Amino acid sequence: MTDVLAQLPPDPLLERRRLVQSIATKTQRRRAVRSSLFIGLLSACLAMAIVPLFFVIYALIVRGGHVLTWVFITKVPVQPTLFEQDQIGGIGNAILGSLVVDLVAALIAVPLGVILGLYLSETETRWANGLRRAAEIMTGLPSILLGIFAYIYIVTTMQSFSGFAASIALAMLMTPVITKAAETALRSVPRTLTEAGLALGARQSKVSLRVVLPVATPGIITGVLLALARAIGETAPLLFVIGASINYEWNPFHQMAALPMMTFTYSSAAYDSQHAAAWGIGLMLVIIVLVLNASARLIAAFMRRERH
Amino acid sequence: MTVQSSSESLDRGLARGVMPRAKSGSTYNYVLRGVALLFTAVLALFVWSVLHQSWPAWTKYGLHILTGNNWSPAENNFGALALILATLITAGVAILFAVPIGIGTALTLNFVVPRRLAAPLTTVVELLAAVPSVVYGLWGLNVIVPWMSTTVQPWLASLTNSGWPFSGNAIGLGISTASLVLAIMVLPTIVAISRDVIATVPRDLIEGALSLGATRSQVLTRVVLPNAKIGLLGAVSLGAGRAIGETVAVAMVIGSSPSMPHSFFSLGSTLASTIATQYIDSSPMHMAALGALATILMVMTASVNAFARALVNRKPKS
Repeated sequence: MTDVLAQLPPDPLLERRRLVQSIATKTQRRRAVRSSLFIGLLSACLAMAIVPLFFVIYALIVRGGHVLTWVFITKVPVQPTLFEQDQIGGIGNAILGSLVVDLVAALIAVPLGVILGLYLSETETRWANGLRRAAEIMTGLPSILLGIFAYIYIVTTMQSFSGFAASIALAMLMTPVITKAAETALRSVPRTLTEAGLALGARQSKVSLRVVLPVATPGIITGVLLALARAIGETAPLLFVIGASINYEWNPFHQMAALPMMTFTYSSAAYDSQHAAAWGIGLMLVIIVLVLNASARLIAAFMRRERH
Repeated sequence: MTVQSSSESLDRGLARGVMPRAKSGSTYNYVLRGVALLFTAVLALFVWSVLHQSWPAWTKYGLHILTGNNWSPAENNFGALALILATLITAGVAILFAVPIGIGTALTLNFVVPRRLAAPLTTVVELLAAVPSVVYGLWGLNVIVPWMSTTVQPWLASLTNSGWPFSGNAIGLGISTASLVLAIMVLPTIVAISRDVIATVPRDLIEGALSLGATRSQVLTRVVLPNAKIGLLGAVSLGAGRAIGETVAVAMVIGSSPSMPHSFFSLGSTLASTIATQYIDSSPMHMAALGALATILMVMTASVNAFARALVNRKPKS
């Protein structure tokens, strides 16, 4: 081999070629390094975005995990005293309160949201477009404004704080979310189904209610669960409408306790046992919200598999 | 092709109301329109209620509410400039931190992470948005505030020798902590919307650049980002809207003091946190002034959101 190479005439451009090649290699390497540095930076962004969630969940479990006992979940709260600082009672009243308030809110918001979704998915008038945009903007409005709305119309009219006022505020919060989900789900139902129904002579109303709506139901349920998950953790709309109660209270027209409110008040309370309770309720809220989110996701995934 | 166009013409016909005219008098339609009307009315009532409540304050104090810098309900003095500034500063700093990290995360999820990992990681980021704000407040108050006062704030103060903008006592509560908590809270919003926007960048452009020998980083910075920039601005604005309106978590860590913020360590009070802490048991004029804060907050967040939605929903040019 070497002999053959040695016999060849010397390459007059050899030096130049080598130079060009070395520059090319260097550039190539620099580009590769620069690119992987950038990719590394991006991955660091992802890490930084995810880390807080783990910190939050870690803190919740460490500081609130031991609080969650059967007694804590079922009893009503007791005010700790200087001599019995650890007596805290439970949060049964707040669990019941949250349940009633969110259930009433859902009873108002679900039909409203689904019907609005039907309307928006079938109509293209200027009014409908404006309404769609208004609902979209409303999802971005601070929830405390809805608290003011409920205060002005419900609390001042009824002359008292009530779980119902909180339900109204939360229903206002949930409705645009459900509307958006319902409209998207209804619009994604294949057009051919509607046309087939109409071609068979069914009225638009029959087609919408019997053909389109059932197909879109999983998507709507996903939206309802996500809206509920948001509503359950909201504190701001409840602050000045729900009042407080330390007993089991079934009547939504009375003052009530609620889980997020309880976390809020306990977090600035006097005793360590109350702080621990705040963490415990926080952990419980996060678990509830995660379960709701997970079920919404499962339904969405199930739906996607059905379709393909 | 022909099938599609005939379906399109049917769509147009339906949209114009050619076919449904026969059924426009049905109960079904009345119910649909009735609910739409009801919702419109509730929206109008909502806006009106806030305006109506704030009316006495606007007529009595006028623009002094926007320009006065002394908020003391006890003296019936309602100038909200300090509150507006604190709101803008906390939201601004939060956005400053959340935007590069958020867009970087969105790019990573869409282009760097293997597809099998992308879905669970996205879920994790989205769960950040699902954590209730009172939990962020609790965490901020008990974990971030001590950390800020013992570690971050002394370090920041050493950068400027305790001069502006890091002057004052490092007590943990205050503008800087509120900004940090807000940054964490708006991050998932920015990531989620940015991902959607980035996903609309035409595949051909990306593949074209790659085939010309561009590296991955070049494709991302010179093709993807420039193409998505308007939508990304929308995503950032949505995040800003959330930061401006966030209430409970901010109220828990900002220290609730309506004085003019003069450093990042000052205690402060935002529009939303002031409403949250003072609304109950307030005198009529105080409540009207809080209504005025709500009006300012509503106008700010509604316009930011309308702007953002217009950018995000923009039809991609084809």
